[in-house]
Formats: sequence, structure tokens, C-alpha cells
Amino acid sequence: MMKPNLQSIWKRAVQTARLCCGVPDYDVYIKHLREHHPERDVPTYAEFFRERQVARYKGTGGRCC
Amino acid sequence: MQTAVTQPSPAGKILWAAIAIVGAWCLGVVALRRGEPINAIWLVAAAIAVFVIGYRFYSKFIANHVLRMDASRATPAVLRNDGLDYVPTDKWVVFGHHFAAIAGAGPLVGPVLAAQMGYLPGTLWILLGVVFGGAVQDFMILGLSIRRDGRSLGNMLRDELGPVAGVVAMFGVLVLMMIVLAVLALVVVKALTHSPWGTFTVACTIPIALLMGVYLRFIRPGKILEVSIIGLVLLLASIWFGAYVAASPTWGAAFNFDARALAWLLIAYGFCASVLPVWLLLAPRDYLSTFLKIGTVVLLALAIFLAAPTLQMPAVTKFIDGTGPVFQGNLFPFLFITIACGAVSGWHSIIASGTTPKLLSSEGEARMVGYGGMLMEAFVAIMALVAAASLHPGVYFAMNSPSALIGTTAQDAATAISQWGFVVTPDELLNTAKNIGEGSILSRAGGAPTLAVGMAQLLHGIIPGEGMMAFWYHYAILFEALFILTTVDAGTRVGRFMIQEIAGLIHEPLKHTESWTGNLVATAVCVGLWGYFLYQGAVDPLGGINTLWPLFGIANQMLAAVALMLATVVTVKLKRERYVWVPGIPAIWLVVCTLTAGWYKLSGSISFTAAAQKYAQAIADGKLLAPAKSAAEMQRIVTNNYVDATLTAIFMLLILTMLGFALNAIAKAWRINHPTAREEPYVALGSVTTR
Repeated sequence: MMKPNLQSIWKRAVQTARLCCGVPDYDVYIKHLREHHPERDVPTYAEFFRERQVARYKGTGGRCC
Repeated sequence: MQTAVTQPSPAGKILWAAIAIVGAWCLGVVALRRGEPINAIWLVAAAIAVFVIGYRFYSKFIANHVLRMDASRATPAVLRNDGLDYVPTDKWVVFGHHFAAIAGAGPLVGPVLAAQMGYLPGTLWILLGVVFGGAVQDFMILGLSIRRDGRSLGNMLRDELGPVAGVVAMFGVLVLMMIVLAVLALVVVKALTHSPWGTFTVACTIPIALLMGVYLRFIRPGKILEVSIIGLVLLLASIWFGAYVAASPTWGAAFNFDARALAWLLIAYGFCASVLPVWLLLAPRDYLSTFLKIGTVVLLALAIFLAAPTLQMPAVTKFIDGTGPVFQGNLFPFLFITIACGAVSGWHSIIASGTTPKLLSSEGEARMVGYGGMLMEAFVAIMALVAAASLHPGVYFAMNSPSALIGTTAQDAATAISQWGFVVTPDELLNTAKNIGEGSILSRAGGAPTLAVGMAQLLHGIIPGEGMMAFWYHYAILFEALFILTTVDAGTRVGRFMIQEIAGLIHEPLKHTESWTGNLVATAVCVGLWGYFLYQGAVDPLGGINTLWPLFGIANQMLAAVALMLATVVTVKLKRERYVWVPGIPAIWLVVCTLTAGWYKLSGSISFTAAAQKYAQAIADGKLLAPAKSAAEMQRIVTNNYVDATLTAIFMLLILTMLGFALNAIAKAWRINHPTAREEPYVALGSVTTR
């Protein structure tokens, strides 16, 4: 692991905040698509966000009281 | 990365010995000092020491010996990496996500209610309960799920205990969810009754969320942070503006509702919110509530550390004998079901077998996320307890006792509460109400208002200013209402899908979640189920929370018992019988607590049955008992109490059934001399090249 600096801490904070809202890291997903499924279209962030937003409330998760 | 167990260095030994001594000292002060009030910092320091020691030693023991977490083993996130659901993620990011998912209104409400017995019983139960029960449950279920491709609790129960056990448990989860939604909605109702300021600000969250939804969808897609800041500014503006609304004779009256009206409004709202597309209302509200929740927890911690309040509530009150006004029943078992979330929360087993196991990149990190995450929640519960115990006890009891016991005027309330030994004058009660900008503080049970007054006083102590107390009070109310309503929206939606799945077994087309008929019918059923209990709470003679919170506690601890039973069964199936006590003892404890509490609620003086009979007898005698205003209303109270009694019986039956399944599985596995648990096969992390 690299030495933590302000930029990487901010990046992680944003990543955490988004994950808390059910939106995983977009860059990681794009990287995964390029490496493993080069034949598939790469969604824009807006498309990716919408898909995840709907997926979050599909009924599997639930949250605490 | 986790390395092999190493001997601690001399410096390490000294450090841990020092922590143990400081912790023991603080705990001694909290537990033993009588007569003079102590500072909250003692309690907070004792809690931190217990958590740190529990984490360092007990969770490590569980990781190494019971679960045998293996950092060299590939996790589901690595094996099934799809960039979306299964993603190897930084452990701090997973921790933050997990904590945000488990922390809700529960740990803020239970400890406040339990404060009627004094701060000591609640504190001890939270500390012991979390270290030996709650955190063990969360960690073990997470550990089991990681070994099973991130499968859900229901799936794991089916695999390890058989298909019938899986179905029984999932039925229990559905009923629990309905009770959770009803009780949480009731907390909001209690906070907003005849409070135009509060009602206005909470109502404002709807247009704000709609605006945010449109912004996120069409103007700046996916910019969550940006839109959340806009939302937050608008929310704060609505709190500020609310003071003027409440002061205006016309607008103040327009937002002034009684409990019944608020219950109907919430039911209607819940229906609309879960039928509308998620992006429009539910999602933006969810973002706002998530960030506000974390922010407020941090704010509360800062306030307690900076203000260092004195605990005004006695360590132990006389109400441990079961005569308390906030909830009825003796310390055992009722304390242990009143504080559920914060000590042991069954609901967490669903989260720990949901998204979290699909994100961990190493088994070695499960301890921090599962066990550590729950310790954080327990810390939130301790802070809520501190906020409640630092209030004037007279004010605390005025806010949390039903009007059947303390009357409806400040004069009557002060007299009644002073007679209990907590001397308070009517002026003190009226002044508190005036300071927070409300007409009255009487009988606002449910935790949220008490916590809000506590927080407002703490924050006001740090940041003084004319009228700021009222602002902080309504901020705290708004934040609790916001995330309770998010839970209600999301829960209704989840409940709807569960109901559609069950309905699909009877009439296939109802299963399609895209069909409007199926959607509307299932949503109506779901809202009807929790709405029934909510409305029942709103018209309840004892104010609702008094009646419904035990039902919630029993159900939540029942689910925790089921999760711990699963962990016990798997421990035996893995042929690690010598560690069976780790999940086994908390499982037995919860079974005993829930069954005893259930029994008291079924028969005896504080039971639902007794309450029903009292009203039935009055009907027969032609008398009218408050707060019912007609014979028909009395009849409804009778019916409601019988429904609650039936539900209690169902929960007890359910737990006994699950206990039967678990014991059967344990007995079978004990006789077989090789492991029989259904884990996924071992794959070395090093052998997985695709990352």
C-alpha cells in the first residue's frame, strides 16, 4: 500500500460515501470491464449510476432499524 | 495482512495492562460511586477500554480459533469479482459502508428508554452484550457468509438447518420488519404530535428530496456529494424557517396534527414513496439521511467530549422492580429486550450476510469490519444513554411517561413525577418546552425527543446563543425523522417484494415486480400491515411505545438468537465443539430472555392479555376508560391487545421451532466424526491471478 496522502484519503472518503449509497467505484468497474469483457460497451458514469440506483432498492439488501 | 500469532512484545504487554487498569478503574467509578453525580467521561472512557480490550483479545480469539479466518484464502470478492456487487475493496471503505448500513435509529432509542432504570443497568448490558453477543453475532455471520460465496442468512439457514427452517426464519424476518417499521414510524409520530415546527421541517424533506431526485437524474447525473450539500443547506433553512411557521397563527395551525392524523399521513406517505420510482424520492432521501446520520453521530461524540456532562440520572433507580412508567417489566428480562440494537441486534445478521461479505478482499479483514463495526454501534448506544442520563431526571420522566400516569398539564406531571422521588417543578418543565420552541414536552416517548433535548442541551453548552437550543432540538428531531422515514420507504419496498414473492406462489402473475397490479396490491398489503400497528400505537392507552417496543425487542432478539444458533450449528458441524460456547452461550441467553419476556407479555399483570381483559371488563360494566372516548374505541383496544398477544405467541413458537431444528442439527453433527458444514472449497489467494 502506498503512503496515505491527502488526495488518496479524499478519494477513499468519496468511495466510502458513494458505497454507503449503494454506488460502487466507477473506475474499478470500468477497469474490470476493459480487462475481462472488452466486447461489452462501457457505460457512462450517468448510466452506471442509474443502473446501480435501481439495483440498490431491488429488495435484497434492507437496512437496520 | 494478518500474520501468524506472535508473542506480544514487553511494551505491548505493558500497554494492554495499562488499558485494562484504566478501564477497570473507570468502570469501578461508574458502578460503585454512589450519592454524588459522576461525569459522563468516566462512562465513555470505561466503554472505550472495554471495547478495545474485547476487540484485541476476544475477537482475535474468535478469528483464530472459532472461525479460523485465513488471510491466504481467496474471498468471494476476489473469486467472483464482477466490478459491481463483488468487488475487492479497501478495508476502511468496507468498514465505513458496513457501519453506515448497521447504524440506524435503534441504538438511539433503546438506551434512552432503558435509562428509566438508571444508567448503570443499560451500560453494563451494552458493554457485556456487545462484546460477548452482538459483535460475536455480526462477526460470525460475516465469517460464515464469506466462506459461502456471500450467501444471505436465509440461504445459509436453508443449507445448514434444512429448507423448512429457512422458510420459518424468513417468515419471522417479514413479521419483524413490519413491527420495526411500525415502531419507528411511531417514534416519528410521537415526536411530531402537536409540533408545527417539527412537522413543517419533516414535511419539507419531501419537496427537498424531489428536487434532489430531479437534479441527480437530469441536471447533474450521479453527483451525489454536490446534491447532498444542496439538500443539507435547504434542510437547515427549513429548520430556521420552521420557527416562523410555528409562530404564525394560520400556518402553525396548518401543521399542528394529533397522533392519529400523523399516523394516517405517514401511512399515505409510505404508500406513495414506495410506489414512485426510486430515483425521485427514496434514493435522494436515502443519500441525505446516510450523510446526516454519520455527521450527527460525529457531532454527538464531539458534544459529549467537549461538554463532558454530569450524569443527573441516578446509577440505578427504583424502577428496576418493574414499576417504571416508560416500559413495564422487571430488569430481567425486559432490559435485555429494550436495548436490542447497540447490544445485540438480530437485524445485523441480514446486513452481515448482504453486501459486506462480497466486498472484503481478505478474510483477515472480517474481524475489523464485523466485530469492530458492531463495537462502533455500541458506542453510539452508549452516547445515546449518556445524552438521556445527563438530562434532569424530572424532565426525562415527563417526556417519556404516558399521560395516563402523569396527566396532561405541567402541574400534574410535576406533582406525579416528584412523588416518584424525582423532584421537579412545573416551571422547569414549562421552561424546557419554551427553550426548545415547543408547546409541551410531556409524554413524547420514543427516544427521539429525549435524545433531541439531550443533544440540544449539550450543543447549547458548547455553542451558546439566543434561540439556538430550539434550533438544535429541531435539528435532532429532523435527523431522526429523516432516517426513520428512509427506513420506512425502503422497508416498505423490501416488504413489498417479499409479499409479491409469497403471493406469486398462489397466483403466479402477482410475482412480477414490474406489473402495476402486483406492485399496488403488495404495497397496499405491506403498508396495511405496519400501518395497522402504527395506528394501534397512536390510539394506545399507554402511548404506544410502552406497548409496541417490547414486541419489537422480542422480535429483534429472536432473530439474533436464530443467527447465533446458526453460528453454533456451524461450529459443531466444523467439528470445533470445544468452542461451541462462543456463539452458544449468547444464543441461549437470548432464547431465555425472549421466551421469558414473551411469557410475561402473554400472562400476568403486564401482559397484553391483562390489558385486553381490563378493557373488556370495563365494556361489560358499561364504564369508559381513558383515553378511549366510546365503547367502539374500547373494543378496538381489546382487539389490538389480543393481536399483540397472538403475535407474541407466534414469536415464541417460532423461536422454539428454530431451537428444535438447531438442536437436531447439533446432535447429528456431534455424532459424525468429520466436518459436515457446507463451505465453499479452499482457493489460495495467490492462485487467483485475475484481480
